[in-house]
Amino acid sequence: MASMESLLIHLSLVVLFLPLAGFTLLIFFGKRIPRQDLVETGILFTALAISIYIMVQKVFFLNVPRIDLTFRWLDLGAMVGHPGFTIDLGIAIDNITAIMLVVVTLISSLVHLFSLGYMEGDVRYTRYYAYLGFFSFSMLGIVLSNNLLMMYAFWELVGISSYLLIGHWYEKKSASDAGKKAFIVNRVGDVGFFIGIMIVFTQLHTFLLTDVFGGIAAGHLSGPLLTAAGILIFCGAVGKSAQFPLHVWLPDAMEGPTPVSALIHAATMVAAGVYLVARVYPMLTAGALTVIAYIGAITAFLAATIAITQNDIKKVLAYSTVSQLGYMVMALGVGAFSAGFFHLVTHAAFKAGLFLGSGSVIYAMHHEQDMRKMGGLRKKMPITYWSFVIFSLSISGIPLTSGFLSKDNILAGSLAYGMLTGNYLIPIIGYAVVFLTAAYMFRLIIMTFHGEPRDHHAYEHAKESPKVMTIPLIVLASLSIFVFYSFNPFNPDNGWFLKAVTQPASVVPASQSYGFNQPVNLTMVDSAQAGATLAGASFVEQPAVPTAEYHEVMEEIHYPGLALSLTLALLGIFMAFFVYEWKKLDAEKLKQRVLPVYNFLYNKWYFDELYGATAVAGTMMLSKSLAWFDSHVIDGVVNGAASFTRLWSTLSGQFDHYVVDGLVNFSAWFTGLLGRGVRKVQTGKVQTYIVFALLGVIVIFYVFRQL
Amino acid sequence: MSLHVELGQFLVVSAILFSLGIYGVISRKNAIMVLMGIELILNAANMNFIAFARFGVMNLSGQVVAVFVIILAAAEAAVLLAIVLNIYQQLNTVNVDEVDKLKN
Repeated sequence: MASMESLLIHLSLVVLFLPLAGFTLLIFFGKRIPRQDLVETGILFTALAISIYIMVQKVFFLNVPRIDLTFRWLDLGAMVGHPGFTIDLGIAIDNITAIMLVVVTLISSLVHLFSLGYMEGDVRYTRYYAYLGFFSFSMLGIVLSNNLLMMYAFWELVGISSYLLIGHWYEKKSASDAGKKAFIVNRVGDVGFFIGIMIVFTQLHTFLLTDVFGGIAAGHLSGPLLTAAGILIFCGAVGKSAQFPLHVWLPDAMEGPTPVSALIHAATMVAAGVYLVARVYPMLTAGALTVIAYIGAITAFLAATIAITQNDIKKVLAYSTVSQLGYMVMALGVGAFSAGFFHLVTHAAFKAGLFLGSGSVIYAMHHEQDMRKMGGLRKKMPITYWSFVIFSLSISGIPLTSGFLSKDNILAGSLAYGMLTGNYLIPIIGYAVVFLTAAYMFRLIIMTFHGEPRDHHAYEHAKESPKVMTIPLIVLASLSIFVFYSFNPFNPDNGWFLKAVTQPASVVPASQSYGFNQPVNLTMVDSAQAGATLAGASFVEQPAVPTAEYHEVMEEIHYPGLALSLTLALLGIFMAFFVYEWKKLDAEKLKQRVLPVYNFLYNKWYFDELYGATAVAGTMMLSKSLAWFDSHVIDGVVNGAASFTRLWSTLSGQFDHYVVDGLVNFSAWFTGLLGRGVRKVQTGKVQTYIVFALLGVIVIFYVFRQL
Repeated sequence: MSLHVELGQFLVVSAILFSLGIYGVISRKNAIMVLMGIELILNAANMNFIAFARFGVMNLSGQVVAVFVIILAAAEAAVLLAIVLNIYQQLNTVNVDEVDKLKN
């Protein structure tokens, strides 16, 4: 391995363990260190600098597709003629990983910076920073893992740090409840993920992704089982990325501090699901991908319709996040791999920005989150306002923003997919969501920043947030501009990003893959030769080669699709201005006219109620019946054993009392009787004794007279 | 006439003396009389020793044992008389069947 590769992979280890070191330092020695917050923030900025170096080297200069660092974790029962049972683990860097490293450390360090202002004077300030560091470590672990087992472990670590941070203000019941809900709902998905991993492991005896792909390419796992494995692994993503039907936890997770929402529940952790799907992408069959595409589309639509009715600024953003994650998942499902991952990255920047912006507003409004009480903040908070506008334009997909580039790619991909496979529902939903997204984002902006202030008292005290909070906003706003991803604002295809992120070729049998994404010839290296060396990959990922037909369709729909999405987005923005800024249409009257629909959407499609009535009530019923079983059957057995023991004791007590004591008393009585009889002889008169002695002597003489 | 005395005659006299002693010890209530019976028994034993010394194989040791027994009897009589005197002072009687304080 060339020295540069070795340097990069070891630097990535440094990036991974720096936040963990910070966590350890803060948890164990937090009280003894002055300005712990600055220590942790500094650590994250160091990690960011290293990550940027790794990414620049990897993406622009290094001519190697991926760098692996594997080690043998477990080696059991190996002998001559029998390979034994081994598990290899390790980390790897390819372009996707390198980009994700920067995304995670960038958002994380900006959130650390922002928190210096937002969380100032918090009761558990040190612990908050420790958990942020712990989260960063876990997230980087997911990103760097080159195998499913480590990914799963870090997956759970991310889950626990999310739980800890949502419940940061655990004195508030809603916060601790939200933490539990997030954790439990995530577990549901994780069980599926784990079963999926186990299917792969039992069939292929390896966790290493490259070996898994190699095994599938060699035909060791195929058919319905492969589809099932793909869907089950996707279940993990459904939980973590808050996809329908497990999306219910993410809006509740907004009970956590707002910077946490920005880091975990907008930019990184929820994107982990999408990242997972991207990592296992080559092994997903057409069947699994179709399921993924539909789940994504349903989620995108569902969440967008809910977002448009919510009044809590963070709830709107939460549902917006769910909706955008649905977009990414849909993109992966329809085979637009690069577009999905591109959207993940651009979304991370602008959604983290939106959350931090809302944090800035909430901070200024003294922790008021209801948009109906805001308004007119534009003049008071210009930096927050203008960055917010840029983020909103980006998420709505207006040209010159990063969101336009990625979103347009997704829509083109879904349209091409619809035309090639006949699943027109997916592109239709995709375009509908464009309209909804633009509408709810500008509804939010107008309600918060425009018009007259509705709560004059809060408005009087509102002012622009301190520099530590505005600088992250400015950084993220500038990252939402197109130039960072492609110099052509209308077509990212020739930008560095889409050149770096290429769709990996599918390894599933041709009969099980999309027709337009055929596997190319795969080069296999003998795995015995490669062994467990540093570059121990036995399978080399190839970029996918779309068919000519696919190219043709893409060319054909590119501009009509672009025009359609732009029109819909502008229409959405116009609608928002029409109703909320110019008040040509009274929102209240409109609401009254479609009250049943409004209530249905406002109550989040009654998902919480549905789950409350089914899953939660079912669990409660099961628990109650188990409790009944416990208190009646188990306790009955225990109590029965007790009363039986009692009965036995009583019986044996009676036996003791009558039989044993009887014997003892009898022997005493008998001895007494004997004594009374014998006492008669013992007169105390010496003469009597002498008579007896004499008689005895006579008897003895008589007996022994012959001797 | 010379009286020819044999061992058997000594033993018969000694046995009669012993029996008289036993009878005295058993039948008399008075402690003093019991004491005198004991003296008779001891003397019967002495007579046997002497006889065995003369006719038997004990030789001088028989006579020595007899002297010892006489001394022992004297000592015993002294101790016993002292006890009897004390009993009389305490209980106002010298009847052995009435001295039953250890009973019950």
